Amino acid sequence: MKQLLSFIRKEFYHILRDRTTMMILLLMPIIQIILFGFALSTEVKDTQVAVLAPANDDASQRIIDKINASEYFNVVAKIHKTDEIRTIFRDAKAKLVIVFEDNFAEKLRHNGKAHILLIADATDPNAATSFTFYASNIIASYQQELMGENKNPYQITPEVKMLYNPQMLSAFSFVPGVLGMIMILICAMMTSIAIVREKEMGTMEILLVSPMKPIYTILSKITPYFVLSCVNFATIMLLSVFVLKVPIAGSFLSLVVVSLLYIFVSLALGLLVSTLTDSQQAAMLISGMGLMIPVMLLSGMIFPTENMPVALQYLSNIIPAKWYISAVRAIMIKGLGITSVLKEVGVLSFMGLVLVTISLKKFKVRLE
Amino acid sequence: MKKNETIVDNSNLVPIQGLGVAIEVKNLYKNYYPIKSGEFAGLGRPAIGDKSNPVPLQGLGVSFEVNRGEIFGIIGPDGAGKTTLFRILTTLILANSGTASVDGFDVVNDYKEIRKRVGYMPGKFSLYQDLTVEENLNFFATVFNTTIEENYELIKDIYQQIEPFKKRRAGKLSGGMKQKLALSCALIHKPSVLFLDEPTTGVDPVSRKEFWGMLKSLREQGITILVSTPYMDEASLCDRIALIQNGQFLKIETPENIVAQYENKLWAVESDNMHKLLIDLRNNEMTKNCFAFGDKHHVSISNEQMTIENLKEYLMKENHTNIQILEIEPTVEDCFMQLSQK
Repeated sequence: MKQLLSFIRKEFYHILRDRTTMMILLLMPIIQIILFGFALSTEVKDTQVAVLAPANDDASQRIIDKINASEYFNVVAKIHKTDEIRTIFRDAKAKLVIVFEDNFAEKLRHNGKAHILLIADATDPNAATSFTFYASNIIASYQQELMGENKNPYQITPEVKMLYNPQMLSAFSFVPGVLGMIMILICAMMTSIAIVREKEMGTMEILLVSPMKPIYTILSKITPYFVLSCVNFATIMLLSVFVLKVPIAGSFLSLVVVSLLYIFVSLALGLLVSTLTDSQQAAMLISGMGLMIPVMLLSGMIFPTENMPVALQYLSNIIPAKWYISAVRAIMIKGLGITSVLKEVGVLSFMGLVLVTISLKKFKVRLE
Repeated sequence: MKKNETIVDNSNLVPIQGLGVAIEVKNLYKNYYPIKSGEFAGLGRPAIGDKSNPVPLQGLGVSFEVNRGEIFGIIGPDGAGKTTLFRILTTLILANSGTASVDGFDVVNDYKEIRKRVGYMPGKFSLYQDLTVEENLNFFATVFNTTIEENYELIKDIYQQIEPFKKRRAGKLSGGMKQKLALSCALIHKPSVLFLDEPTTGVDPVSRKEFWGMLKSLREQGITILVSTPYMDEASLCDRIALIQNGQFLKIETPENIVAQYENKLWAVESDNMHKLLIDLRNNEMTKNCFAFGDKHHVSISNEQMTIENLKEYLMKENHTNIQILEIEPTVEDCFMQLSQK
């Protein structure tokens, strides 16, 4: 026991004395949360709009006013000729051009039908989809008003309600994602590097020629990173609740339990990487390329797995982060209890057990 | 310091013999099977066949015994197989065939016992550079289930020299101090057998001298020491030495006997054109072999009738000037060079 404690203290010395790495590890979650929260927002706000309303009548003016009043749009230009549309897009003056047909109000009143053309700059297809959708909604709502005036008895009004995230804030989706990524990064990458460092420095040779049990070596290597992960978990939680205003809808205890399970899986993964490599660089590459990128791309953190090709969907199932992120979304955002994420908990536990068994089996008691 | 000068006067050393065998090695054979075929890396004679189809290895490995309380030196150039031997004996790697025991325990089956009772200092400085001197020593003491206080007597002489720097990080120590710290860490649990793999490589002459002095006093405390070195001048400080080359032992003897068994006359030759001198000496039919040793060439003469005058005449014919020839006593290095030629 004294052996173990002294070993763990030594590991803390290593981490605390490498100031740069420690600062990176502690600041990374903060920077990522702030980046995702404020800079990399996927919400569409204040999209610049140009309008071409040749008739300039009351109906088109009301639609323009409604659009301008919405927080999503700013009407920045009024143009008068179709030739100007091209110039507007080329000079990036607007992302959306709304074109009313000639005699818009008149046609609407007499024929009951008039046309509006929405031309969007689709270089960013996601944004284009979002703001054309918003614009169509605004136009539809004007249509509703007109129908209301006419007292048309037959109308079907679809009302869309966004559950769990009524304002469609992107923070709700990326907080679980950032959690999933930071844990993998710190537990898997840093643990594997810490173990491989002993091999590379030659100190593993001395540790092997000693009565130190291999399990003690492993335990003492993972303890500091476990602590660090818990600190980061707390940081992310505090930031998301108090800065990003993402509430923890479900039970905090369930969230902690699932997170501890995920940390365990990540640590086991790091252990496995360390048994496979002999140099810090190789460990970094495997953890970086082999874990980080799949976590970012396949876990559903950024791109929904449901839209992926079937092969990738199957592949995404072996990524622990996918199950963790899905469980965190269920608990933190949907407010469900631990009973609703039993599948995720089961998969993560299974992964952890398999990984720990393999890496303990593979942990070498000799140099080769 | 002159190259062939003995570093420590060992005339008053009395080898502790007859206490039994500390290390026993029988037919130990290890082949790393390097990718480039035809090249051999490991211990023992190169065998025919490859990893998937090894041929029987009888008689190819190395065998030797180290007595308790003995300083046994493994002397040989880089790549001779010294580290391989140390790693097999410290249970870090497995041999392909043959057996070895340390302190009566088998290196394969009883590796856990061996790891409890040996001290090992690898060739590369292998302590934690970001921990202080004291933290390193404390750490290794607890790893071996002991404390600094418990075995302070054993390391006192060595550790006292670095104690003023105990708050300094190990990475910031000088080469000699690192080596003393590494030795202290390897000794902290009072091992019965100490393995020192090239402990003096990269250490200044004064520290090397001190180091061998420390080994001497450790031996007096009954610790068996297996030490490897590429420096031939350190060989004479061991009780017995094994000369190793290309994975094979050339000879196992006391340094005195190795030198005494040198068969030929040995002359040190000097002239104004040393490069031409080496070629001319090697071309002389009476020369058995000739090597550059520092600022002189050592020539061993196989013909008993040949005299210094004869050689001088021959060299003057070859237009050498300022020729100086001296009869010298062979050193271990001379013996090694001759043995390795066979």
